[in-house]
Amino acid sequence: MTSTFLPDKRSGPAAGHPLPAVPPGRARTRRRTLNWLTAVGFQLPALVLFTGLVLLPVLFALYAAFFRWGGFGMPSDYVAGDNFTRLLQDDVFLGDLWRCLVLVVLSLVLQLPFALAMAVLLNQRLRGRAVYRMLFFAPYVLSEAITGVLFSMVFAPDDGLADHVLGAVGLDGLGGEWFAGPSSVMAALFLVMTWKYFGFHMMLHLAGLQSIPAELTEAALIDGAGPWQRFRNVTLPLLAPTLRISVFLSVIGAIQLFDLVWVITQGGPDHHSETMAVTMFQYGFKRYQVGYASAISVVMFGICLVFALAYQRFVLRRDLEGATTTMRGDGT
Amino acid sequence: MTRRTRGVRTLPLHLVLVVVGAVMVVPLLYAVLSGFKSTDELSRNPFGLPEHWLTGNYTGILGSGGFWRLVGNSTLIAVGTTVLVVAVSALAAFSFARFAFRGREVLFTVFTMGLMFPFAVAALPLFLLLRSLGLLDNPLGVILPQAAFGLPMTIIILRGFFRQIPGELEEAATLDGCSAFGFFWRVLLPMARPALGTVSVLAVVTSWNNFFLPLLVFTDSTWWTLPIGVQQFQGQYSAEYARVFAYLVLAMVPALAFYSVAERQLVGGLTTGATKG
Repeated sequence: MTSTFLPDKRSGPAAGHPLPAVPPGRARTRRRTLNWLTAVGFQLPALVLFTGLVLLPVLFALYAAFFRWGGFGMPSDYVAGDNFTRLLQDDVFLGDLWRCLVLVVLSLVLQLPFALAMAVLLNQRLRGRAVYRMLFFAPYVLSEAITGVLFSMVFAPDDGLADHVLGAVGLDGLGGEWFAGPSSVMAALFLVMTWKYFGFHMMLHLAGLQSIPAELTEAALIDGAGPWQRFRNVTLPLLAPTLRISVFLSVIGAIQLFDLVWVITQGGPDHHSETMAVTMFQYGFKRYQVGYASAISVVMFGICLVFALAYQRFVLRRDLEGATTTMRGDGT
Repeated sequence: MTRRTRGVRTLPLHLVLVVVGAVMVVPLLYAVLSGFKSTDELSRNPFGLPEHWLTGNYTGILGSGGFWRLVGNSTLIAVGTTVLVVAVSALAAFSFARFAFRGREVLFTVFTMGLMFPFAVAALPLFLLLRSLGLLDNPLGVILPQAAFGLPMTIIILRGFFRQIPGELEEAATLDGCSAFGFFWRVLLPMARPALGTVSVLAVVTSWNNFFLPLLVFTDSTWWTLPIGVQQFQGQYSAEYARVFAYLVLAMVPALAFYSVAERQLVGGLTTGATKG
């Protein structure tokens, strides 16, 4: 990266004031310092905001996790790792981990392939594809709260749309509980998540598909490859970077899930749809066990971090040129 | 291939799309139609057209003022967040894209790491911080954290755009006596208008849909935003299905209208944002 803002006598904060005569070595140091100050000056507002409202709160959560603390005054009752050992014995929290894993697996095995299939479909020249594209993406724009309320009405036991539809086609036995049933609540929640989020992944995949040069598929066609072979051997490998991003976002999203669950079930019935964030909210804001809730935050953060770092190290390495940690200047 | 054979071959594809499209649309359509019924009729006639198109549910909500207050609050908070996050990010992205300075890569990594901080991790201490600053039940209590959490994505997208602007322009501006800030303000920002539009649309939508933070910050209803209002309304009128549906539909309208206007920017922003993160 070259900068033309190595301040000379006309630019930089010293503009208008000729530099005093100093030995060349010191002049250079001074110029460099000025340059550094200008560059960092532009960063300052962002740094203040980010440090104060993101970094410090996260660090404070790390600290508070080692205390028994109700959230008033400063934490003083140091309990070392007790909050964490308590987490390992907390059935609700262990359930959260299990449900998180279930959601991740379901997203990867069902939601993403479905999104990919729709993207491949809509990447062809079909009548009305622009309309479908807009339609499938639209739920992503609706807030989780609106989506949640809508589907809690659609899946209302007996009176909701879903039960009426099932009743109309003679499948009454299938409906009924939805969000109210311990065994059905996660499946119903996953349906809503798919309704809301698959369009987003479809859009990512579509953008990826459109960046694949048409010559490559044409070449494969001339070589006599069938549709499946073309998809398997040309499209899929070239789409791999997009798919890896999609997987990453799905997993991180599942770890952090809060809004939809809170609006639809508040974690119920009897914790059967609770997520880590909901448990944290319950302890921190409803039961004033802020130290314990912080420990949950820390575990959530740890899982995200380990996953993100491992994923970047082993999976994304090849894709992220010029982004995140692989940046080492661009050599100009 | 003639037009007719292509039509026949794509028929199964169209069938799939119609089915998926129906699944997407039916819940929304069901809500719209239900809003025109009375709650009595809703249980007798769940998915037919309304026998009499009652508009009272909709007009009642629109005439009540409470709904407009939520829309106003959501708008104020979205605009405040967007202006703040875009202005602050643009300055930072400019410095990341155009300066070589010691500590740049470390700093940039810190910001990109912010992409994977779940908001829930910071929620508790953030709440305590806002409480001690007296920012609970204050729109700034939502605007400032939203802007802070929006920084990583906005900076990454803007930095990408700023890097594409050729260095010759910068040299020319410097030779003409432009300071660094002068170049940023008079040359870079006007040239980056499409990018600024993209990140603004992203910021507006994120703020508009935020639920967790307003839920923490606003305990009294003066400052409630639409997502909170919708949830509360459902709790309050849980027996009056038809009214809740009407409320839902009205709450969807601003987001969907905004989407139909700014679709290109939104999708463009999400796809570049996601792949660059």
